[in-house]
Amino acid sequence: MLGSPFFPQSAIRNPQSIMSPFLFWIFALLMLVFGAAVVVNRNPVASALSLVVSFLGLAALFMSLDAYFLGIIQVLVYAGAVMVLFLFIIMLLDLRAETRRRINWLATAGGIAVALVLLMQISFVVSRFQLARQTFPALPGSTIDDVRNVGALLFSNYNLPFQIVGVLVLVATIGVVLLSRREPR
Amino acid sequence: MTTLGDYLLVSGILFSIGFAGVMLRRNLIVILMSLELMLNAANLSLVAFSRFRVDPNGLPNYNAQVFVFFVITVAAAEVAVGLALLVALFRARQTTDVKDISSLKF
Repeated sequence: MLGSPFFPQSAIRNPQSIMSPFLFWIFALLMLVFGAAVVVNRNPVASALSLVVSFLGLAALFMSLDAYFLGIIQVLVYAGAVMVLFLFIIMLLDLRAETRRRINWLATAGGIAVALVLLMQISFVVSRFQLARQTFPALPGSTIDDVRNVGALLFSNYNLPFQIVGVLVLVATIGVVLLSRREPR
Repeated sequence: MTTLGDYLLVSGILFSIGFAGVMLRRNLIVILMSLELMLNAANLSLVAFSRFRVDPNGLPNYNAQVFVFFVITVAAAEVAVGLALLVALFRARQTTDVKDISSLKF
């Protein structure tokens, strides 16, 4: 644990102080409201910017679960790289807000109904799940050094998947270059 | 105190929002963004379970966090390939609307 000024030692040692219900609901609400804004907004730029806020809320939730490394990765990769990619493509293609087409009410109602049924099923399963009523156990151990722990696991038990993911990213890079090359005529 | 169920419920709501986006929107870019929302909802429940299952050393179960790391990596690659396909499509057809891409539709 680096003696960082951002996370006081006491807060790391006693994770329950971070996981206050008030902050949890604030960030969860932030994430959900802006997640809904992604779907509702007519303008793709507004959708992309709402997605950034939604991901920041999610990063805060990761940190409330003592996953600091993943929270920071979330901000760097999603709010940084992926969002720049989205905005860059939107600007490159010069996409405007969708013109108001005739809405197919039957299809819209069907889509909302299917999503609502899925949500009802999930909440039913969660409400029947006994363990879900328990609070999170306190971490009795020493300080949380999750960068080291995740890294050690990544390079020991999950070494082969890690290398396969490296090959996957390489293939994706080559594929993107190939796809975005102008066709030779 | 927040329970495991709270996190799972929030994750489920986020997944449903993303699912509704994929079902309802016709702009391919917004569909890709909704896919990201669904992937992140799955990540949230994975991290919640990781924190919930504390091992004898008093540490969270880091297997789930490694899995989330892989999911983030694959999702980033997926977005890059998806947007490249989108650009190639836009070059050929000048549209990003799924309603206009119906050549394979029966």
